[in-house]
Amino acid sequence: MNIPENLRYSKDHEWVLIDGEIAIIGITDHAQNSLGDIVYVDLPKVGDHFNAHDACGSVESVKAVSEVFTPVSGEVIEVNETLNDSPEVVNKDPYGAAWMVKLKIKDAAEINSLMTAEEYREYLNNNT
Amino acid sequence: MRYIPNSPEERAEMLKTIGLSSAEELFSSIPQDIKLGRKLNITEPLAESEVIKLMESLAEKNSGSKKTSFLGAGTYPHYSPTVVDYLIQRSEFFTSYTPYQPEVSQGTLQYIFEFQTLVCQLTGMEVANASMYDGSTAMAEAILMAQRLTRRNKVVIAKNVHPEYIEVARTYTKYSETDIETIEFDKKTGTIKPEELKLSENTACLVVQSPNFFGCIEDLKKLADITHAVGAIFIVVVTEAISFGLLKPPGKFDADIVVAEGQSFGIPMSFGGPHVGLFATKEKFVRQMPGRLAGIAYDKNGNRGFVLTLATREQHIRREKATSNICTNQGLIALAATIYMETMGRRGLQEVALQNAQKAAYAKQRINSLKGFSIAFSAPTFNEFVVRSEQPASEFLDNLRKEKGIIGGLPLSRYFPENQTDFLVCVTEIHTKQQIDEFVDCLNKL
Amino acid sequence: MSIKKVRQHPTQNESLIFERSQKGRIGYSLPKLDVESKNLDEIIPVDLRRDDDLEGFPEVSEVDVVRHFTRMSTWNYSIDLGMYPLGSCTMKYNSRLNEKVARIAGFINLHPLVPEEEAQGALELMYELQQNLAEITGLPAVTLQPAAGAHGELTGVLLIRAFLEKRDGKARRTMLVPDSAHGTNPASAQMAGFTVKTVKSTSQGLTDIEHLKALCKEGDIAGLMLTNPNTAGIFEKNIKEICKIVHDAGGLVYMDGANMNALVGVARPGDMGVDVIHLNLHKTFSTPHGGGGPGAGPCCCSAELEPFLPVPRIVKEVDRFKLDFNYPDSIGRIKAFYGNFGVMIRALAYIYTHGADGLREATEAAVLNARYISYHLEDTFEKPFKSDCMHEVLFTHKKQARKGVHTIDIAKRLIDYGFHPMTIYFPLIVEGAMLIEPTESVGRQDLDAFIEAMKAIAKEAEENPQLVIDAPHSTRIGRLDEATAARKPILRWKPEIEAASKTA
Repeated sequence: MNIPENLRYSKDHEWVLIDGEIAIIGITDHAQNSLGDIVYVDLPKVGDHFNAHDACGSVESVKAVSEVFTPVSGEVIEVNETLNDSPEVVNKDPYGAAWMVKLKIKDAAEINSLMTAEEYREYLNNNT
Repeated sequence: MRYIPNSPEERAEMLKTIGLSSAEELFSSIPQDIKLGRKLNITEPLAESEVIKLMESLAEKNSGSKKTSFLGAGTYPHYSPTVVDYLIQRSEFFTSYTPYQPEVSQGTLQYIFEFQTLVCQLTGMEVANASMYDGSTAMAEAILMAQRLTRRNKVVIAKNVHPEYIEVARTYTKYSETDIETIEFDKKTGTIKPEELKLSENTACLVVQSPNFFGCIEDLKKLADITHAVGAIFIVVVTEAISFGLLKPPGKFDADIVVAEGQSFGIPMSFGGPHVGLFATKEKFVRQMPGRLAGIAYDKNGNRGFVLTLATREQHIRREKATSNICTNQGLIALAATIYMETMGRRGLQEVALQNAQKAAYAKQRINSLKGFSIAFSAPTFNEFVVRSEQPASEFLDNLRKEKGIIGGLPLSRYFPENQTDFLVCVTEIHTKQQIDEFVDCLNKL
Repeated sequence: MSIKKVRQHPTQNESLIFERSQKGRIGYSLPKLDVESKNLDEIIPVDLRRDDDLEGFPEVSEVDVVRHFTRMSTWNYSIDLGMYPLGSCTMKYNSRLNEKVARIAGFINLHPLVPEEEAQGALELMYELQQNLAEITGLPAVTLQPAAGAHGELTGVLLIRAFLEKRDGKARRTMLVPDSAHGTNPASAQMAGFTVKTVKSTSQGLTDIEHLKALCKEGDIAGLMLTNPNTAGIFEKNIKEICKIVHDAGGLVYMDGANMNALVGVARPGDMGVDVIHLNLHKTFSTPHGGGGPGAGPCCCSAELEPFLPVPRIVKEVDRFKLDFNYPDSIGRIKAFYGNFGVMIRALAYIYTHGADGLREATEAAVLNARYISYHLEDTFEKPFKSDCMHEVLFTHKKQARKGVHTIDIAKRLIDYGFHPMTIYFPLIVEGAMLIEPTESVGRQDLDAFIEAMKAIAKEAEENPQLVIDAPHSTRIGRLDEATAARKPILRWKPEIEAASKTA
């Protein structure tokens, strides 16, 4: 299971890359693997505001829907439009080309409550 | 019981195999105090011939099924080619289920795909689903879909939409935050006056029927423009599907959702059901569409097949967040409609529509020339029209029925109490000139 | 294409009708127009008429149509071919007698808006069916209007909603739904404006009473939607207590009657404390599933709920039957006209054919068949719940998954053995669910063959898992790429599709 060291993780299997005031969010390798072939990604609109743990979108496989929860609060400043036409990228490159949402972070303190790569690895070991 | 393969002896052996001594023990998990403990109070079993006799005697009491009738109003008498009912009785069609396992359901999936295509071609829309229960519930679902698309609550429905359809829409939306407004039609033309419509930024959708309940053809172009100007969804309802053979499809007028009752496509009237609802929309709205959808898929050898697709919209996956609670489509009825459309084909569907329009026009003209009768509305009509008389319509239609054995149409007062002297007449390809002439002569003598 | 000598018909790849279409072919016949033809422009102005000459609509002969559908039909599995053990779907035999009587001219040619006195036979038939369903469920008031199971569910929860608002003068918003329920339950509750809260199941596969109590304590309880026997095929033995808990919390109990075929003649929901139930005439009462419909989902309810039933009601006045619209508290219409009358005819014919004894016999035979399968397969497949099953038995893929063989593979391999697969991945509360419902319409030899097939597949899963994973091997197409189909959906035919298929 691929769990990059430079990211933070949520219990709902989202990852966050912190880039100054910006949080880039996607779903983890574990999440895409358990969903199977991703066929559709539903993303929020630029300008939408979310609190941490709100559903900000959803990812669909042929026979399942899984909501994407934002791990931190903030305003959507960009969404990854390429996922509309190529949802399969989520399976191929979950931490790179398949980033989903860029948020302007509202409360930087929230980041500290997220898991490190090591903690997430342990979390997965204990919960799967 | 002849439908149960295992004989009582075999069942006794099976019980013994699984370690039980009586059938009663199969139900040991049901607490004794809630068991019935007696025989159901239901008639003794009847032999096959007795069931037939009993059913025939009931059918015999449906005297209305034998009379010459000019009833339409949402259910229409049409001719259905013989092949339709024969083909749907193939075991492989009528004793199969929803095609959950595509490898052993390609027959069903392919005809659904053909059905979807035919509905798109007729309505002029981009996508159609595998069907809904009927026209009335399809309209209610279209309204719910428009609310999801717009996130608005207000629903505007023309009063000349089938009154029972409006009632169903009210029931479906009773406990959601929906505000249904019905709008008056022009008393002269029988149609909606686009320029008098008051839609707003709160309007989720405008719902009109064309041909409407009075048989009149609406000005869909203007209605579409006015609806879109406020960002609302334009829903067009069609109860007489044969009209698609002659009238410009709603899709050509930029309708967003088209729903229709498909009973006219070879489906018997059967006292109002089972019929079939058609549901079509634009491609960009497909993810908010209710109901099943079949699509093309390939196996690893490149063979073309069909599967149910975009299932994540549906209740078995999304549960309370689904686009609808609908589970099945009207499979067998959709099949009958598909066979009908393909048998009639490009030429037949146009010809049958033309015959409906011509015969209705003939009847309309003849009735209009009678003293004491006139045509209530001025807008062009397809195969139904409203006749205005000088006396209460229900009374003389009753006389006509009792004395001459003709059901001369529907007194509008059933749904529109203010229209006591009006009645709705439907003429289709099954009515002969002789029947029409006799009907007109009887009206003349009343 | 290589020509093989043995085949059912010339093409295993019957084209779409649009691809078969040939300009000028005719499949219909209509009498000549016998009225004088008017100039069409005088009837309907040209700008309101089609201008596409129905381009793209098929042009085929009657022979083309018959062969087209007959060939396609051979790709379907059906009850008449063999066992179709879809759990929860109740694929029992559909008698030809019922088909015959549903086609009597006096039924099919009856317009729904004829005056009541012209439709006395139809109204009497509906009234009789209502009486029988009331007796079978122990719930006295019946509407036949709902068109399908989910439609009946919606009707049922709307009744609850209307009743509570009348009783309390305000709405209660929480509808409790077990995690094992059909997806239609929460979807119907949502359509009726309820908020769904999920009740957990216990490790025995039953409703968790403690969790139910805890949820009821939270207040605002409108009701519970319960399937009994539940979707694991187990009778909720605490049903009376469950109903009492919900009633004490001020709510009502709606029962999903999808599994009523396990109870007919043995026990009645009305005697258990249930307030309203829907029945699937296409399950318990054997009306054909028709590849997905039409069904019919009558609702039976207590006298308390009766005033809220949809209008019109079918009532008897001395010896006449009539449509009664005078129910001011009614939730209104749920469908145009009166329901799927054609389905009602078949269901009543089923009841008449069986009589009280036959109905009970069918229930016993259905439960016996399921128990027989359970007994013979419980050493081969994991049975997640130990309780005795009713009319359907639940297994999982747990033992086979160790070799990489999952429920989907077992299902597909069953096709090679000549059976339709069982219901898979439902209920959601167990992983890799396989829900098997044989119904009473399967004889012992077929049950034994099914059991043997399942055991053989389990053996293959051990010895040659790839064989199972690649199944089916006997169908004209293999497993289809559903992911691509969903990513780039093609939902209708267009001329370019034909070209694409030829190159594929």
